[in-house]
Amino acid sequence: MHCSAAFSQAATSATAVPTISGSRHVGALHSSSSSSSCTLLIPSKPINLRFCGLRREAFGFSPSAFTRCSNSQRVQLPSRRRFKGSNVCASLGDNGIPKSFDYDLIIIGAGVGGHGAALHAVEKGLKTAIIEGDVVGGTCVNRGCVPSKALLAVSGRMRELQSEHHMKALGLQVHAAGYDRQGVADHANNLATKIRNNLTNSMKALGVDILTGVGTILGPQKVKFGTDNIVTAKDIIIATGSVPFVPKGIEVDGKTVITSDHALKLEFVPDWIAIVGSGYIGLEFSDVYTALGSEVTFIEALDQLMPGFDPEIGKLAQRVLVNPRKIDYHTGVFATKITPAKDGKPVTIELIDAKTKEPKDTLEVDAALIATGRAPFTNGLGLENINVVTQRGFVPVDERMRVTDANGNLVPHLYCIGDANGKMMLAHAASAQGISVVEQVTGRDHVLNHLSIPAACFTHPEISMVGLTEPQAREKAEKEGFEVSVAKTSFKANTKALAENEGEGLAKLIYRPDNGEILGVHIFGLHAADLIHEASNAIALGTRIQDIKFAVHAHPTLSEVLDELFKAAKVKDHASNPVSEPVAV
Amino acid sequence: MATLSPFLSKTPLSNTPTISFSSSISTPLKWKSITSFSPSGSSSSRSRRRIFIVQSKIREIFMPALSSTMTEGKIVSWIKSEGDVLSKGESVVVVESDKADMDVETFYDGILAAIVVPEGESAPVGAAIGILAETEAEVAQAKAKAASAGAAAPASHPVASTPVPAVSPPEPKKVAESAPSVARKTVATPYAKKLLKQHKVDINSVVGTGPFGRITPEDVEKAAGIAPSKSVAPSAAPAALPKPAPAAAPAAPLLPGSTVVPFTTMQAAVSKNMIESLSVPTFRVGYPIITDALDALYEKVKPKGVTMTALLAKAAAMALVQHPVVNASCKDGKSFTNNANINIAVAVAINGGLITPVLQDADKLDLYLLSEKWKELVEKARSKQLQPHEYNSGTFTLSNLGMFGVDRFDAILPPGQGAIMAVGASKPTVAADADGFFSVKSKMLVNVTADHRIIYGADLATFLQTFSKIVENPESLTL
Repeated sequence: MHCSAAFSQAATSATAVPTISGSRHVGALHSSSSSSSCTLLIPSKPINLRFCGLRREAFGFSPSAFTRCSNSQRVQLPSRRRFKGSNVCASLGDNGIPKSFDYDLIIIGAGVGGHGAALHAVEKGLKTAIIEGDVVGGTCVNRGCVPSKALLAVSGRMRELQSEHHMKALGLQVHAAGYDRQGVADHANNLATKIRNNLTNSMKALGVDILTGVGTILGPQKVKFGTDNIVTAKDIIIATGSVPFVPKGIEVDGKTVITSDHALKLEFVPDWIAIVGSGYIGLEFSDVYTALGSEVTFIEALDQLMPGFDPEIGKLAQRVLVNPRKIDYHTGVFATKITPAKDGKPVTIELIDAKTKEPKDTLEVDAALIATGRAPFTNGLGLENINVVTQRGFVPVDERMRVTDANGNLVPHLYCIGDANGKMMLAHAASAQGISVVEQVTGRDHVLNHLSIPAACFTHPEISMVGLTEPQAREKAEKEGFEVSVAKTSFKANTKALAENEGEGLAKLIYRPDNGEILGVHIFGLHAADLIHEASNAIALGTRIQDIKFAVHAHPTLSEVLDELFKAAKVKDHASNPVSEPVAV
Repeated sequence: MATLSPFLSKTPLSNTPTISFSSSISTPLKWKSITSFSPSGSSSSRSRRRIFIVQSKIREIFMPALSSTMTEGKIVSWIKSEGDVLSKGESVVVVESDKADMDVETFYDGILAAIVVPEGESAPVGAAIGILAETEAEVAQAKAKAASAGAAAPASHPVASTPVPAVSPPEPKKVAESAPSVARKTVATPYAKKLLKQHKVDINSVVGTGPFGRITPEDVEKAAGIAPSKSVAPSAAPAALPKPAPAAAPAAPLLPGSTVVPFTTMQAAVSKNMIESLSVPTFRVGYPIITDALDALYEKVKPKGVTMTALLAKAAAMALVQHPVVNASCKDGKSFTNNANINIAVAVAINGGLITPVLQDADKLDLYLLSEKWKELVEKARSKQLQPHEYNSGTFTLSNLGMFGVDRFDAILPPGQGAIMAVGASKPTVAADADGFFSVKSKMLVNVTADHRIIYGADLATFLQTFSKIVENPESLTL
């Protein structure tokens, strides 16, 4: 079977060869030279037999690699293999472990960031340990992304089943959708446990040492964990993450005044809950609570809801996610004092005007969820031992995640990734930063382009984004003197979305018409979180619109929303398409 | 107000000479109807182009047709708010059509005097969605106009027809943003506030019954005089029977004051069965039966707890034993299904619903056991405790409206059964016997509806003959 597959591919590539070689190698090419690379592999075989000889088993090439090989990039493949080999040699040679170090790399914090770094470090041949003072998985797995997705999966279904209009339009009849709170809570908890075990096992299987105890940096390349265990490592990554941020004056009792940590346990579903903060966390929880029957009041310090989002997306999201639901909101106000329910009194929230600081209102609700963001968790890390001063709690780093000390000098062999450095407080950003650091310590300079990191909010429908918002792009354009254009497509025109009866949605592309560079993509609509990656990959790889618009999308799929988006963009004809290096930020 | 608004407006596209009206038309109707009114105006109405211009500088902003297929649009947002000064070409409002959201521009300078259709609501193409006044002075006038327009504006979503007072006061739109929560002590939940706004209910007229005396959505609905919508999600799912009902056909516009109440599960099931029954070719055969003997027997056994229903069911069952084809059913249109048991279903009305508890093996049980069983079934039906096999296992149905004085009626054959018997009242009737002697006898008309695919005329006739013999000589019933 392999043989025949290889043969058919070879056959197609054979037909391609003359044209390609003709254009690239300026004439003078006939079959003998087109098979030159292959003769390298199978010397002295007649040309028409080489197809059969080129089996995947024999050479370990994937079919696609083979296709590329015969498509005139023949030389690259073998060289790439050699390159990889030499890389490993280099890391062993240059960074050889002096016997005094226990490990090549120690990561403090086994969250998603630390996990990503550990896996990559093992792949790179580093002897790695990870220190965890709490449970493996960190916020994301135990108190964040993961359990919240379980709750949102429930809320999405509830919402669908409760929408008589939606059901009727599909010809479905469902009576009295209901839920069992404990069942929902168990689902979230079970999911977290499962993912936590997966994470732990994946690290154990790869030989990462999991050291239990709080990690403290004692000095350069030296860490203490637990009470008195001291280990040394050539390089250290701080990945201690963050905890919910609770503003002053708010008394969290974990019952009626709660943070996301408590809310994810879903210990009760209040009739009326105030959510302080309308960012990702607040929005996602409003989706969960309203689907489960609660009414929600948002309290937002800025003048509009969803301040972090592209304004247009935010507006649309408000139309769909807030206005038609049992939600009201107070914007431009601070919650200065929140008192939990006790002695038969409800939760009280005192609001003051964000600008004038004058008392504005007092709310009485059944519960309050504090979703005002997250604060870095760096206490007890021993940063003072190496003269590092946090900025609002965050560990200062440069664009390569190298920690800088109080004087602005780099601290050698010390890196900080994830929420603790505050660059981009997302699990996958932490992981990407960790991988970037490992690349650096194994001898390959790497700078992560944060503008290519997507973000998503898992409401129903979802919101996702990558790169700049429109105002940010316009500001940048003003400064740097280029033009900005915007293209938009609606989910209303997408077959798959309409088949699902979920036509509400918008995709928005912000780009440079002069060179086709993608500056930002924002999506609001069904499965937006899964759709964003085409755009984020394009940004990461520096793909221009004029190139990506020729990529084919299966029909009918939601991905055609992005297809249309790229096709709707108008890039000036003269725009050249050199693949530029991604820009570091 | 009517005299203040003698003006109808023009399409935003027109810039034709003025046609003025002196008549007063208080409600701006849609174009076609306007033309018929217009001759009452003083000037000639060259209304072939259906274009009107207003002397006064109050213009309506219309719901534009943004696509060829668009019949109505939803106001996404008002870019301008009431009182804003507009200049020609400026975007005023964002409208969502079936295809996209679009900015709608004004074709005139002026002041946005009033918003007739607020954000989030829909209006048909051509309906006024806002009022544009040329000068400050006309704003009040325009507002009055808006008020009338608002009252007349066709609600495009007849949601359970909430009886909105026909003349809405001109002010309520202003209340929109800030109003409800100002009063210090009254606390309303977010959804309650939305409902207050939606139904234009004054918060002070609502008494809060929620925790801490807060106003709940139910309180508002009660105050607005509408049936409370079912609460969103009770915990612990009730095991409702998922009985699909066919999707409702597009309904005609509701008459004012009418209400739409969705079917209960039981009603939905009835509706579904009734529609299904249309696919069965049925015919009917009637038969008169003298019931004096039966009545006499009834008087005798009544003290022992025997009901008329049990008597009739027993009689029918006994007749069915002799005519098994009438007890058969046709499930697929290709075959007879001969039922091994004779299960008599009896139609019972229970508060707004209809259910058919089944007397299983009615031919085998004696009259007293049957009566006992029947009592039990009725009790269960009343408390909604019937198990599925107790209401859907019937092979023959009995429906009796005799107690209401109905003398004869026509029953619909339930799907899955071969025949149903409709029993009328037994009434004293003058009867002549073979010898020409007249006497007064109690006569009851029964009418059987049957599936003609399996049960033919003669089958039914002989069955009825047997049935009548049993009823007229009812001694066998007590055996």
